[in-house]
Amino acid sequence: MSLAGYEFEVQRDDGLATEEMTLNMGPQHPSTHGVLRFVVKADGEIMRTALPDIGYLHRSIEKISEKVGYHGFMPYTDRVDYVSAMQCNQGWAMVCERAAGIEVPRRGEFCRVIACELGRIASHLLSVGTMVMDIGGMTPFTHAIREREKVNNLLEDLCGARLTFNYMRIGGVAWDLPPGYTEQVTAFLDQFEPLIDEYNDLISYNKIYVERLANVAAVSKEEAINYNLVGPNLRGCGFQYDVRRDEPYSIYPELDFEVPVGTGEVGTLGDCFDRYMVRIKELKESCKIVRQCLEMIPDGPVLARVAKKLKPPVGDAHVRVEASRGDMGWYVVSDGSEFPYRTKIRTGSFSAMSIVDKLSRGLMIADLIALIASLDVVAPEVDR
Amino acid sequence: MDQYVPVLIALILGGVVALVMTFASTMLGVKTHSAVKDEPFECGNPPSGSAWGRFSVKFYLAAILFIVFDVEVVFLYPWAVVFRQLGLFGFIAMLLFVLVLVVGLVYEVKKGGLEST
Amino acid sequence: MQSFIDGLIASGVFGGLPAEAIYPAMMFLFASIVVFGFVLPLVTITIWLERRVWSRIQSRVGPNRVGPQGVLQGLADGVKNILKEDVVPDAADRPLFVFAPYLLVWGFLATFVVIPFSSALVIADLNVGILYIVAIVALSAVGVLMAGWASNNKWSLLGGIRSAAQVVSYEIPAGLALLPVVLLTGTLSTQGIIQAQGWAPWDWFLFHSPFTFIAAFAFYISALAETNRTPFDIPEAESELVAGFATEYSGFRFALFFLAEWGSLYVTGAIMAVLFLGGWQIPTGWTNNTVVLNIAQLTVFFLKAYFWVFLAMWIRATLPRIRVDQMMSLCWKYLVPLGFVNLVGTAVWMVIWPEGNTFVPYLMVVGTLALLVIFFRRVLYHLRRAKPELYFNPAI
Repeated sequence: MSLAGYEFEVQRDDGLATEEMTLNMGPQHPSTHGVLRFVVKADGEIMRTALPDIGYLHRSIEKISEKVGYHGFMPYTDRVDYVSAMQCNQGWAMVCERAAGIEVPRRGEFCRVIACELGRIASHLLSVGTMVMDIGGMTPFTHAIREREKVNNLLEDLCGARLTFNYMRIGGVAWDLPPGYTEQVTAFLDQFEPLIDEYNDLISYNKIYVERLANVAAVSKEEAINYNLVGPNLRGCGFQYDVRRDEPYSIYPELDFEVPVGTGEVGTLGDCFDRYMVRIKELKESCKIVRQCLEMIPDGPVLARVAKKLKPPVGDAHVRVEASRGDMGWYVVSDGSEFPYRTKIRTGSFSAMSIVDKLSRGLMIADLIALIASLDVVAPEVDR
Repeated sequence: MDQYVPVLIALILGGVVALVMTFASTMLGVKTHSAVKDEPFECGNPPSGSAWGRFSVKFYLAAILFIVFDVEVVFLYPWAVVFRQLGLFGFIAMLLFVLVLVVGLVYEVKKGGLEST
Repeated sequence: MQSFIDGLIASGVFGGLPAEAIYPAMMFLFASIVVFGFVLPLVTITIWLERRVWSRIQSRVGPNRVGPQGVLQGLADGVKNILKEDVVPDAADRPLFVFAPYLLVWGFLATFVVIPFSSALVIADLNVGILYIVAIVALSAVGVLMAGWASNNKWSLLGGIRSAAQVVSYEIPAGLALLPVVLLTGTLSTQGIIQAQGWAPWDWFLFHSPFTFIAAFAFYISALAETNRTPFDIPEAESELVAGFATEYSGFRFALFFLAEWGSLYVTGAIMAVLFLGGWQIPTGWTNNTVVLNIAQLTVFFLKAYFWVFLAMWIRATLPRIRVDQMMSLCWKYLVPLGFVNLVGTAVWMVIWPEGNTFVPYLMVVGTLALLVIFFRRVLYHLRRAKPELYFNPAI
C-alpha cells in the first residue's frame, strides 16, 4: 500500500536520529485477530505510526444481498461478525421487517433477545480471553473458552449451529426454545455468574496486567465521538450510550439492565483497561437480561406469516442494533422487487480501526497489541 | 589449567550433540526450495527491505550501562571472597566503592537513561 | 570427582595406563553420562511436564498419547524436528544463522560442569565456580542476539535486541544477588558453598539473614529474566514478535533453542539449590555406604532444584508478560538497588555477628512455614472449589 503522506522524519530531542524500521504486522500475525494488517513505522520499540490496511477479508457481503433476496441473505449475515452472529441476524431481520412492515410475535422477540444476549456473552468471553492472551497470560484464555463452549452448547440446542447460527427469520425466529431450555440456561447462568468475579481475581486486577493496560492508548470522550467509536469502546471512555437503552428496539425497554461505563479506576479514563472492564461488566448485565427474559417469556407463536418471496414496498429502512462490538447500522433500499436494491452495513470494528493510527503514535509495539485487543476488532466485521 | 579440561570436554560434547542432530536433520529432512519460501517472514507481505539498519540508540545505551556495572560487579567478587580476612578495612573500602556505584546508578536514573527504551 | 578417579587408579582398575590419559577419559565418560543420561532426558521430560502442568492449570488435558501419560512426547517432538526441513532464508547471514543455536546449547551445557549433583558427583569443582556460571550463561545472550541479527528479519532482530538488552541488564542483579553468599562463605566453589551449609533449613543461606532471603528471590527473578521465561518472555513474545529471535528457524535448529531454554531453567533451579537451599546436604550418620549416600544426596538435590523449575512453570501459567520499558525499570530501579542493599546489609550483618545470628534463622524458618501454610490453605480452598477429581485424575 502507498504510504505517501506518512513518511515521517524521525527527529529526537537529543538529536540522535536513527533509521526508521517498517514492520508489517499482519495479515499473518498471531495477534491481529484474523487477517488484519498494520504497517508499523517504528524507531526501536517506539512506534511512529501504525497504519491499518484493511480489505484482506472483504467478501462483498453487501453485494451478495442484491442477488439472493431478503430471506436468502440471512445466512450471509452470520458471516459479518462471526464471533457474535446473532445480533447480525437480528439486524437484518429487523431492517427487513421495518421495510416490509411486519410485526414480530412477542414470544419471537423474547427468543431473539435471549439468543442475542447469550451470543454477547460468548463474544465478550472470546474478546476478554484473547485480550489476556495477547498480553501474555495463557490461562485465563482457556478458562474463558471453557465457558464459551457452554454458551455454544446452549446456542446449538437452540438452532443447531455453534458459530454461524442462522437462527432468526424475517418475522421472528426459526425455532421455538427447545423443551427444558429455561432450566438449562438458568443452570448455566447460576454456574457462570460467580465465575466472572473469579476472572477478576485471576487476571483483571493482576499487577502486571493492570500495568500493561493502564494509561495505554487512552481515548477522550470527544475523540471517541469524533472517530465514531461505538459499543464497549465508546462506553470505555465514560460516555453512557447504548442503543438498547437510548434507541430501544425489540423488548429491551421492558427489561431492567444497566449500561456500564469506564471509570478510569486504575489509570486515565478511556484507557485499554477501561475498555476491557466494560466488557467484563457487560457479561454480568447480559446474564441479568437473559434471566429476566426467561421469566417474562410469554406463550405463543415465534414466527409471523411472511411471504416466501418478500417484496417490500419501494423505499428504504434503517435500523440500529447494539451488537457485541457496538452500534451496528443496517440499511436497505427496496425497489419493490424480491431482491434488495442496496444494502449497507455499518459496523463497530470498522470505525474502531480508524482511530488506531492516531492512538498508536508514540506507543510501544507491545502496546499496539493491547490496543488492538482492547478495541476488540474482528476482521470480517471490518471488511464485510 | 588441568581443572578446565572438563569445561573443554563439555563444550566439545555440546558441540558434537548439536552438530550430529542438526546434521541428521539436514540429511533426513526434506529439501524443497522456492524463491518465496526462502524469503524472510514478513507476515505474508513481500519483504520491505533488509532488517540490517541503524537501530535505536537506546539499546546501545543499555549495553554501555551493562558494561559499566557488570565490570564493577565483577570487581566485587574477589573482594567478597576475602572479606573475612580483610576485616573492617575491607568493609569500609567496599562501602565507598558501592557508594560510588550507587551514585552512578542514581545519576543514570535521574538523567533518564532508562526512559522508553 | 578427582578423588573418585584417584581411588579407582589406586584400586588398579585401569592396570598400568598413565594417569594423564585416564583423567580426561574418565572426565569425558562422566560428562557424556551427564549429557546423554541426565540433561537430554531431563529437558524432554521437563517440557512434557510443563505442558502437563499447564494443561491442568488451564483445565485441559495436555499431551497424553506418546508413552505412559505422554511422557515420551518430548522425544517424539525431537524426532519430528529432526525430520523437518532445515530452512535457511536467502537473505540471512548464513554462517551466523547456522552457528547461533550452538552457542545457546553451549551456554547451558557448560554450566553443568560445575553443578554438584552430590558430594562426589561433580564434573569439575572449579575454584571460580560461581563466576564461571555467571560468565558462561552470558553465552546465550550472544547466541540469541546472533540468531536475531543473522535472520535478517525484523521480528527476529527486535527479539534478538530485546533479549540482549534483557539478559545483559539482568546479569547485574543476578551477579549482585550471588554476592551475599560469596561473602558468607569466602569461596566461589560450588562444593565449598554447599559444605558451608547444613541439611536443616535453618542452616541454609536462604534463612541466614533477611538479606540473603531477599537476595535469593532477587536472583530467582533475575534468572527468570535471563532464561527468557514468563513474565519476562518478551524476546519471543509470540503475540507481539511472532516467535521473536526464532522466527526464521526450523527443524532441529529451532528445537535447540528450546533445549537450551528448558535446560537453563534446570540450571537456574540448581544454582538456587546450591547457593540458598543447602545443595545436596542431607543428615549424615545413617549410612556408611558411599553409593547409597550419593544417591540420597542426588535425589535431595534434584528435588530442591526441581522445585524452582516447577515454580517457574506455575508462574508461566499464571502471569502475563511485562513490557520492555517495565522490564528495564524493574531491573535498574528496583533489583539493582536491592542488590546493593543486600550486599551491604550482609556485610554489616557479618561485621555484627561474624558467626551468624543464632536466633534469626529459626525465626525466619518459622515465618516462612507460616506463610506457606496460609498460602497452601488458600490453594486448597481453590482446588476444592475447582473440582479436584477433574484436575488430578491421571487417567485423563
